[in-house]
Amino acid sequence: MRNKTVAWSDPTPGGVRRRSVIAAVGMGLLLSATACGSGDSPGNEKVELSYRIWDKNQQPAMQQIIDKFQAANPNIKVTIQLTPSAEFWTKMQADATAGSAPDVFWMNGPNAQFYASNGVLLPLSDELKSNGVDLANYPEALTRIYSYEGKQYGIPKDFDTIGLWYNKKLFDAAGVKYPDETWTWQNVADAARKLTNESKGIYGIAAPPFGQENYYNTIFQAGGYVISPDGKTSGYDQPAAIEGLRFWTDLMKAKASPSLKSMTDTFPAQTFQSGKLAMYYAGSWDAVAFAKDDNIKNDIDVTVLPKGQKQAVVIHGLANVAYAKTKHPKEAMKFLAFLGSKEAADIQANTGTVIPAFTGTQETWVKSMPQYHLQSYLDELAYAVPYPVSKNTSAWQSKEAEILGPAWSGEKDIAVAAKELAAMMNAALQKEQ
Amino acid sequence: MSAADTLAAPARDSGSKPGGRAIRRRPPGGSEQGWAYLMIAPMTIGLAVFYLWPIAQMFYYSFTKSGPFGGQTWIGTANYHALVDEPSVVQAVVNTLVYTAIQLAGIPLAVLFATLLNQRGLRGRSIYRALYFLPVVTMPVAVAMLWRWMYNGDYGVINYLLSMVGVRGMHWAADPSVALYAVAAIGIWMSLGYNLVIFLAGLQGIPAEYYEAAAIDGSGAARTFLRITVPLLSPSIFFATILTMINSLQMFDLAYMMMSTPSGASGNPALPRVRTIAYLFYQKAFVEHDLGFGAAIAFVLLGFILVMTFIQFRLQKRWVHYG
Repeated sequence: MRNKTVAWSDPTPGGVRRRSVIAAVGMGLLLSATACGSGDSPGNEKVELSYRIWDKNQQPAMQQIIDKFQAANPNIKVTIQLTPSAEFWTKMQADATAGSAPDVFWMNGPNAQFYASNGVLLPLSDELKSNGVDLANYPEALTRIYSYEGKQYGIPKDFDTIGLWYNKKLFDAAGVKYPDETWTWQNVADAARKLTNESKGIYGIAAPPFGQENYYNTIFQAGGYVISPDGKTSGYDQPAAIEGLRFWTDLMKAKASPSLKSMTDTFPAQTFQSGKLAMYYAGSWDAVAFAKDDNIKNDIDVTVLPKGQKQAVVIHGLANVAYAKTKHPKEAMKFLAFLGSKEAADIQANTGTVIPAFTGTQETWVKSMPQYHLQSYLDELAYAVPYPVSKNTSAWQSKEAEILGPAWSGEKDIAVAAKELAAMMNAALQKEQ
Repeated sequence: MSAADTLAAPARDSGSKPGGRAIRRRPPGGSEQGWAYLMIAPMTIGLAVFYLWPIAQMFYYSFTKSGPFGGQTWIGTANYHALVDEPSVVQAVVNTLVYTAIQLAGIPLAVLFATLLNQRGLRGRSIYRALYFLPVVTMPVAVAMLWRWMYNGDYGVINYLLSMVGVRGMHWAADPSVALYAVAAIGIWMSLGYNLVIFLAGLQGIPAEYYEAAAIDGSGAARTFLRITVPLLSPSIFFATILTMINSLQMFDLAYMMMSTPSGASGNPALPRVRTIAYLFYQKAFVEHDLGFGAAIAFVLLGFILVMTFIQFRLQKRWVHYG
């Protein structure tokens, strides 16, 4: 005891003491490093896979799929890790940096190329066939989101498209014909003006600066693009894209939509659900909430998006991907293939939360809410355009609404704002290279 | 026994403790010193590993182009140059300074409330104190949610009350011209309780004799407050000022919560006028994945806080009285 204390206060200044501090720090780092690793397991032993998802509502379906997979593959055990979406990507980035990401996980469009280009994802192309996966089973535009530099990194899990929801009660009251598949932009604009009754707080449409639900669709419909096919330049300064954006700013100018400030305070979906919005461009994911809302559920229906120069809709969906540094690439691939199978898609369809990506399994979803014409969401697949992404999508996407905002509130012409947006996006794309 | 006596008592005690003298008599550098190092080792190591090392790393990152999954390339001061060229940085600095100034203006308010709450014979004193302290212990998320409802331009309670007196309210949290002040008001409301506790403790440390003497000399309430309460409370005020300033300069959560919409904060037209330096750091480092640039922002903020705190410490000699 005595000796120990003497050693700690060694008279040589700094000598032992500094070294022991460094050693202690080193030990701490070493411990934290080893804590992350886990033992390898050779060939025939039981293999454990982790599967990270973010949606609690889908967990039961995922567990059912896993149960089936484990029954067929008794040597593989899969554990779900549920991470709320708010922290999913922060955690994933940290885990991938530390080399301890889960073996298999959900991926979305904006993050797909980001993870693929940084070598975090396992390239699947060569393994697909041997595991019985045929990419022709999924919507082509959706599959394309998960391919990068000619290699496939994800197997589509589900998808969503956008539809035009309308409130029949408000249409009847204003004496306007319901929208259908023959509608054009002009029909929307005319109806929106007619349906608006500002004194009663009723608006014809909500025209917020949302990309996926609103202006991506109209840009495609006008024949424009958000990002060039080679992923190197922005399309926002092209005349067609500006037309697609102007469709919305014109609606704002006509006061056929609540103001931008108003839509910031009260989300348009809420206004639609309170019965004060006649038309609303909404994703297929909104259908469940609408069907449950006693306030409007009997007054509403959905149809395909009206056409501009042509028909178009943005398609997005999730995919299952595997970690490039997984210790069990073979088993992970096997699990991925099963997640992409028709069997797994049927389980997802039966729970009714999302539209499964496997062609031919979507009927169950359509039938889950027979009171609405949900088939519209599937009809749109014929002309669906992939959700625009690049290697670092959020670097430009997170600033879109901020730059477009002044045009939406009428302080700036949309052509000017669109050019600023293109300049910002081109700078961001330049940085990616 | 007055509050001043209780405060003074332990001070007399510690001076006469035999143990205290014994420690001082031992020669320095003995075995006690070794033990002392051992005892503070957990704290020191924790501080070094979780604070100092990350700060050092961050400093290095600010001179690099940092890959989102590790891997740094040295680019010299390019991040700092980019910082100067970025218009949103200037706006964020302005926003942060305005917010901080408003928070500092909340300190006199806290002093006033503390003085009122400290009056003898005030009924339900502890209830008031609990009420004022409640916002401090409430989760910022809940606070922001509540205020978003109250600030709602179409259905909010504030605009409803205003409409009763014939005033048309605004979209408080979405209007670029007022949103920063609306957020700052919440900030004051949230920190009032904390500063109040500090000032109440300070007030109770002022000997009652001073007030008695002032009363005998015929000093009025305002004069007593300015000549006795404020100078003797100055150490507490100084402490609260430093803390408020540092907290305000780092403000992030409140702005983030108040600006967010279901489609992301960038949809809020008021965001550019509310975004603080810490918010910009978050956006650059974690949304746009530009860690090097984010590190540079964090360092500018750190420097900012250091300079401001240094100035405060220099100025304190002029107005802080240590009784």
